[in-house]
Amino acid sequence: MGEIEIDRALTELARDGGPRVLALLAQRFGDLDLADDAVQDALVDATRTWARDGVPRNPTGWLHAAARRRAIDRLRRDRVAVDHREQLAHRTETARSPADAGRDLLADDSGGPADERLRLVLLCCHPALGPEAQTALTLRLVGGLSTAEIAAAFLVPEATLAQRISRAKRKIRDAKIPMSMPADPSGRLDVVVEVLYLLFNEGYLSRSGDSGPVRIDLADEAIRLTRVVAKLSDGAPEVLGLLALELFQQARATTRVDGDELVLLDEQDRSRWLPDLIAEANGHLREAMEAMAPGPHQVQAAIAAHHANARVPQDTDWSTILRLYDQLVAMTGSPVARLNRAVAVAMAEGPDAGLAALDAIDGLDDYHLAWATRAELARRAGDIDVARSSLDRALALVVAPAERRHLERRRSLLD
Amino acid sequence: MEYMITNRSIETDDGPEPGTPEFGEFMGRWMAYNQMLIDGGHWVAGASLAPSASATLVKKAGGASSIVDGPYAETKEQIGGFYLIEAKDLDEALELAAAMPIDDGTLEVRPVAFRPDAED
Repeated sequence: MGEIEIDRALTELARDGGPRVLALLAQRFGDLDLADDAVQDALVDATRTWARDGVPRNPTGWLHAAARRRAIDRLRRDRVAVDHREQLAHRTETARSPADAGRDLLADDSGGPADERLRLVLLCCHPALGPEAQTALTLRLVGGLSTAEIAAAFLVPEATLAQRISRAKRKIRDAKIPMSMPADPSGRLDVVVEVLYLLFNEGYLSRSGDSGPVRIDLADEAIRLTRVVAKLSDGAPEVLGLLALELFQQARATTRVDGDELVLLDEQDRSRWLPDLIAEANGHLREAMEAMAPGPHQVQAAIAAHHANARVPQDTDWSTILRLYDQLVAMTGSPVARLNRAVAVAMAEGPDAGLAALDAIDGLDDYHLAWATRAELARRAGDIDVARSSLDRALALVVAPAERRHLERRRSLLD
Repeated sequence: MEYMITNRSIETDDGPEPGTPEFGEFMGRWMAYNQMLIDGGHWVAGASLAPSASATLVKKAGGASSIVDGPYAETKEQIGGFYLIEAKDLDEALELAAAMPIDDGTLEVRPVAFRPDAED
């Protein structure tokens, strides 16, 4: 077996097998730190042993056995508070033989291990942790990414990211945040959905055309993790809604930037949108809506679906989109949802109605897209002075270079 | 595991007057909460505090003390009382905090690191 195959198997092990084993051991030993250290040790063991002996037939089972051994070694070495923990480990280990545990790991997402993995997801996204800790922990412990990979993806120094993770783990230990399954996990799943969407947007919006192949793409990772959580939660409607939303956006990702400039939806080359992703997203959205439990991510996915399935911009059903935005605003009350609703009003009922809807929104004075929207609606309504001054306000606030170039070009067209 | 819950809310001096039915109802809700903590084995200690205007600060600098009028921070939300509770983990502590009979305010839930007179 060549080096490349072994490298690929090791990456796969770290991303998929590692988090499975971690969830199992964290639950069995009742100690997240211990389980994480043991899995990291075992991954290093794998790198060394596999290069010599080749990839074992059941990599995840191999990792489980190695990590379990490492955990018990660590417990023996750390004699101080060990006694009761070892008893606990022994007690739970005897309930199921290691061979059975290996079979469970292979059994994939049915039964016990899936439950443990969902508990791990809920722990990483516990509302007692801040958003930065939630995203970092989720990528590290559920996504199996290394601290260095996550730091590079967020463009922060590795030491900063490492500290973020160790602080979060310390809080879990000191405040005794449990790895438990609430009687009704829907509220906690909503937090997971928020965390995953935050990750997706971080990746989607920060993506530039020239990012090298080495850097982990957070949007891809968010989609991978959303798929995992969709399975683990047995197709929870909001999780499926999020997966659909991410896939709709991913399907047109390469057409939203031209060179180094942003391209708006109605100017994107729709022939380059990815039909497979759109078809898959349509399926997830349909399945989510069959549960008749609406939520903000399903509504956003439904809006994205209208755009993704329109072959030309003129086919877009703006009056239905407007009704969906009405629902979204009722659900979230978010000013950004109101802003997007104002655009839908303009498309359905004309620029003056859109400007009136825009005037009714508070709290967006520092948001560059609110000014860019006002500029565009004013231009369509024939008020070039307002369009110019609004674009100037937008340019004073915009940060992302691709968006700045786009706004500068629109501003130059008004002179 | 022990947690301290401190209750910070806006101080109002127009709470229900003792002797009125409203006061009885108000006290009844707190008594029921306390009883729930006791019955569930969660009670360690608890107290409600006199208004923050009665607070005095002892400031220490280089070992020397000086005394000044309080409260510590001139914020609208002040600590009104505290509970020391026993809970199996943070989720249970948060549930117990949320059950406290106050309508508006913020409850801070913090694990106890060490208590010299703890029974364990």
